[in-house]
Amino acid sequence: MLIAAVVAILVTMFLALIRTFLGPTEYDRMLAANSFGTKTVLLIALGGYALSWNSFLDVALLYALLNFVGTIAVMRFFEYRNPTDKRDGPESTL
Amino acid sequence: MTAILELLSSVCLLLGGVLCITGGVGLLRMPDFFSRVHAAGVTETLAAPLLLIGLLLDMEWSLDSVKVVMILILVLATNPTATHALTKATLHGGQRPLEFGNDQDTSGEGPSTP
Amino acid sequence: MIAVAAIALSDLFAVVMLFGVYSLLTAALFMNLDAVDVAFTEAAVGAGVTTVLMLASLRLTKRWEAMPRHHHFPGLLVVGITGAALVYAVLDAPLLGDPSAPVHQHVTPHYIEQGQAEVGMPNLVTAVLASYRGYDTFGETVVIFTAGLAVLLLLGIQDDTRMRPGLSAIGDQVVLRAVIKMLIPLILLFGLYVQFHGDFGAGGGFQAGVIFATAFVLYDLVFGEGSARAVVPPRWLHRLAAIGVLLYGGVGVYSLLADRAFLDYSALADDPVHGQHLGVLLVELGVGIAVFSVVLLIFYAFSGRVRRR
Repeated sequence: MLIAAVVAILVTMFLALIRTFLGPTEYDRMLAANSFGTKTVLLIALGGYALSWNSFLDVALLYALLNFVGTIAVMRFFEYRNPTDKRDGPESTL
Repeated sequence: MTAILELLSSVCLLLGGVLCITGGVGLLRMPDFFSRVHAAGVTETLAAPLLLIGLLLDMEWSLDSVKVVMILILVLATNPTATHALTKATLHGGQRPLEFGNDQDTSGEGPSTP
Repeated sequence: MIAVAAIALSDLFAVVMLFGVYSLLTAALFMNLDAVDVAFTEAAVGAGVTTVLMLASLRLTKRWEAMPRHHHFPGLLVVGITGAALVYAVLDAPLLGDPSAPVHQHVTPHYIEQGQAEVGMPNLVTAVLASYRGYDTFGETVVIFTAGLAVLLLLGIQDDTRMRPGLSAIGDQVVLRAVIKMLIPLILLFGLYVQFHGDFGAGGGFQAGVIFATAFVLYDLVFGEGSARAVVPPRWLHRLAAIGVLLYGGVGVYSLLADRAFLDYSALADDPVHGQHLGVLLVELGVGIAVFSVVLLIFYAFSGRVRRR
């Protein structure tokens, strides 16, 4: 069952990768890359347990953090190039 | 007791795997960015915890399981936040959700495509 | 395949993201080869810091790669010949894990057999890195310090008083800010864990320094540019980088003054194994501090550059 889950994760990673190549806008690519990263965390956690790697959970934890940082960084630096509307003060959306 | 745990773990892993693939297919097939966000959200908020819980039930109780719990909490905390931030950034960048019933093309882009 | 795509695409933004994916796959490959520490460092540096730095520098240049105006045939020829020579050399190398390979013969059995007894820590990689090959690691730390120096000399950190930590489009998001405020202490705690757990599991000074710096980079990304500069001013970082290298060298000089070889840790305590423990602890701390300050300095230099336009 563990092997089946790992195969399922691999398939999903491949699908997310296709969306990264295809996605018409950059936002699609960012979303797919973030999804790919989450799947990788799962892959390391499950695959490491199946293959009995050493200290695999530390690497999984680290990559979960880095995936988040990477997505925020990509969003932040991409924002600067397309400022469409100015920020209005009172309208602070959640 | 162990048999029940094993059964539970297998069920969780199976469900998690199926939901993962479903989310992945949805990511590919959905017509619009915002619906793809929903599909990706299924994989990371539902499938990932299920898979991790399946892994947790499979392990013995040790420091490793505490780490798995930490990974679970981290994934649950960060991924919805990142998706939320990304969606807000997309709205700010000018994308609009696809509306059916209007005379718009079905490619998913709003009128102000960057 | 990802590398080919990274070269073929001319959209540099996508290339940067693909590089992140590539570095992650390399980390997975290292894990498969049972090299956990290397995978750790590769993931931390390649997927985190390098992506952020490349994106920051991408802001300064154009986003789309300019097509080359003429073909470089001599360059292609040189690369082709070198590649062929390398492949030919690799064919002659012993297979992975071959017991009769030269790398397994001379010093390695000594490390593997005596390492636990002499240095006394379960993680053999840290033992080799910090104790047996301490000179090399000192050299690496000095190289990292020099890289930081070079970036400071070339780019410099704009100490602009106009740069106030301000609102940005991403900083206006309340949800993100709230989650980040809870997450950053946890990241710092994880960095400390990696630093001091390096004796037993994967970890050590390099990875810990990068994780520490990543926490502050995250703060800077979310709360507006220049906000991390208010928390950790560059002046502190200049001194911290020097202190890191000094700590490492200081341990070596101390053992010189105690009538032993440079970086011989058994001079630090009465019991040699205890001395090794203490020595590795101090040395890894030095490495961690140096790496943290240099990475953060480089980030300041890169990200501060843009605001002047």
